[in-house]
Amino acid sequence: MTSTETTPFCEAPIQTGDVLLSIENLHVCVEENEILRGVSLEIRAGEIHALMGRNGSGKSTLSKVIAGHPAYTVTGGSIHYRGQDLLALSPEDRARSGVFLGFQYPVEIPGVSNLEFLRVSCNARRQHRGQEELDTFTFEDHVRETMAIVQMDPVFLERSVNEGFSGGEKKRNEVLQMALLEPLVAILDETDSGLDIDALRIVANGVRQLALPTTATLLITHYQRLLEAITPDFVHVMAEGRILRTGGKDLAMALEQRGYDWIDGTDGSEAPQP
Amino acid sequence: MSSAAAVEALNKTPYRYGFVTDIETEKISKGLDESVVRLISSKKQEPDFLLQFRLKAYARWQAMEEPNWAALKYPSIDYQNIVYYSAPRQKQQKASLEEVDPALLETFDKLGIPLSEQKRLSNVAVDAVFDSVSIATTYKQKLAEHGVVFCSMGEAIKNYPELVERYLGSVVPIGDNFFAALNSAVFSDGSFVYIPKGVQCPMELSTYFRINSDDAGQFERTLIIAEEGASVSYLEGCTAPMFDTNQLHAAVVELVALDDASIKYSTVQNWYAGDENGKGGIYNFVTKRGLCKGQRSRISWTQVETGSAITWKYPSCVLRGQDSVGEFYSVALTNHHQQADTGTKMVHIGPGSRSTIISKGISSGNSVNTYRGLVNMGPEARGARNFSQCDSMLIGDQAAANTHPYIQSRQPEATIEHEASTCNISEDQLFYLQSRGIEPEAAVSMLVSGFCRDVFNQLPMEFAAEADKLLALKLEGSVG
Repeated sequence: MTSTETTPFCEAPIQTGDVLLSIENLHVCVEENEILRGVSLEIRAGEIHALMGRNGSGKSTLSKVIAGHPAYTVTGGSIHYRGQDLLALSPEDRARSGVFLGFQYPVEIPGVSNLEFLRVSCNARRQHRGQEELDTFTFEDHVRETMAIVQMDPVFLERSVNEGFSGGEKKRNEVLQMALLEPLVAILDETDSGLDIDALRIVANGVRQLALPTTATLLITHYQRLLEAITPDFVHVMAEGRILRTGGKDLAMALEQRGYDWIDGTDGSEAPQP
Repeated sequence: MSSAAAVEALNKTPYRYGFVTDIETEKISKGLDESVVRLISSKKQEPDFLLQFRLKAYARWQAMEEPNWAALKYPSIDYQNIVYYSAPRQKQQKASLEEVDPALLETFDKLGIPLSEQKRLSNVAVDAVFDSVSIATTYKQKLAEHGVVFCSMGEAIKNYPELVERYLGSVVPIGDNFFAALNSAVFSDGSFVYIPKGVQCPMELSTYFRINSDDAGQFERTLIIAEEGASVSYLEGCTAPMFDTNQLHAAVVELVALDDASIKYSTVQNWYAGDENGKGGIYNFVTKRGLCKGQRSRISWTQVETGSAITWKYPSCVLRGQDSVGEFYSVALTNHHQQADTGTKMVHIGPGSRSTIISKGISSGNSVNTYRGLVNMGPEARGARNFSQCDSMLIGDQAAANTHPYIQSRQPEATIEHEASTCNISEDQLFYLQSRGIEPEAAVSMLVSGFCRDVFNQLPMEFAAEADKLLALKLEGSVG
């Protein structure tokens, strides 16, 4: 491929403040059940968003729909990524063009070496960006350096993907993948859950380092504690498939004190006005 | 993409080795009777003991029935419609490779098995078998320096008749089964290996079997003998052109390991499997057995079975020696309308004998993949142990996987462990890989290759990567 050739997602330079991800009135079903009922969200370069809400409010569904999981059917609305229709792309093309999902429960893949998996994945993204692919040796040097970001032991390169990893190790492996793929939009689905305080600090540090003025991050979390380590620009609260409320980091603190009942009005108090 | 859709495209790869070599051959006419058996023997100028061996086998075969216990469906084979001897016409004695027909050398070049001095594989000696005869064997000289004999069965019969007479049929008797009896009557060529006492064979040995004719059966015979303390690693590969008709391949392999000897036998079987509608392909009915005759002897079978319309094959170990070890590592991949009924037999006779069985079956398309294995603990096998693990992976919803473990024990102090599992390619695993930028086809290959890792690790290094590639190639297009 010559450098003058254009691909649909050739990565033009990004300025802070450019709209990267734009979700409009998104409706999503699994089988017959509507899980998302009109989600709208705009994410710009340089921003960190936090998405909070009870279990079952639709947070993880939103993340998987953005990544292209086949189990979900979009019944209405749209997702645009850098102005292009994201829903028209296969999951692998979304990943290659810079959308990343850090999984809440990363799957184990027995027999597949983590190193080889990371290399194939990293090269798929590099190829899309017109960068040369890294051979085994060059990649190994690269990955070892990158592992420092999440303080991960290189022995994990020799193991099968996520197999026998502890919860914390799996999450570090996710952030390692994020670091290698250099996404423009990174969605981290409860990357903080199941981590002890040290692991949380390491993971949060990693994510913070990777959040650049030209990229955007969407953190899905239950807890304030992650947001103490990574200060979000926006906090959204989801309930029953909609974003009920959007605010700054203070909203997360208020939630921590008052609980979700306060947002959806089930505690009997007056629901806060946007 | 769903894994179901992913599976659909997986099945459209052209078979890379499907070409036919245009070469003049000497064929006898179709059909089988005693005169054909005599004719084969006389064409090969065999000593009388071998003619008698063949005739006895032919008589046994005539009284036998084709086995029908395997989970295989195919129209009955017309044994009178097969050519039992086919050889490329060339000079009788090939003193050197220069005298081998260039068309044959080119054929093996195209198959990735260059034979000429300049291009041949380093550190792998190859015996190339084309239809019924061996074309050439590389590195003979170097092997001879170590006392290792590696030649075609035809040459062995001429040059080492006493070894052949002593061991041929000693592991797989002529009347062992229908196909072994047929092979014993009409076998044409194959490889012979003899490793003298105490010698570690300095390089990998390999036989490459090529079927070229559309109406000839291939009946090769392989015999490997490792004397006390000797060791050898041997690999066989197989391909055939694409024909609409089916060709019969009924081979017999016998291994003999004496005290402290070790034989590692690996197979990468990629016979033509027929088209996506199940037309054509090889019928592969093979008897492979190793005798751990000596104490502490070890025989290890590793097979990667990807080809053939029908596979009927149970590489086995007879663990007669005290503390002898038998191993069976198998990957069987079936696609389209392929049928495989394969597994092993571990017959524990000697005290303290141990065996390991690791079988990985992958079925996709409309194929049927059956593991069939026997573990038998004899009355003298005190302290014998077996561990078996049989895993099946299904790709798509039209394929079938069966597991039939048979366990017999007449020794209360023997230990038998069996584990089995069946899984589908998981949608979540597929999605995980896709969400990291990996194409669904590559993702499925990666998952399958991970599933087979334990077995691939047993292959000689030169071939492990090949096996990986072969599997990926076989699965190409099964993801849509």
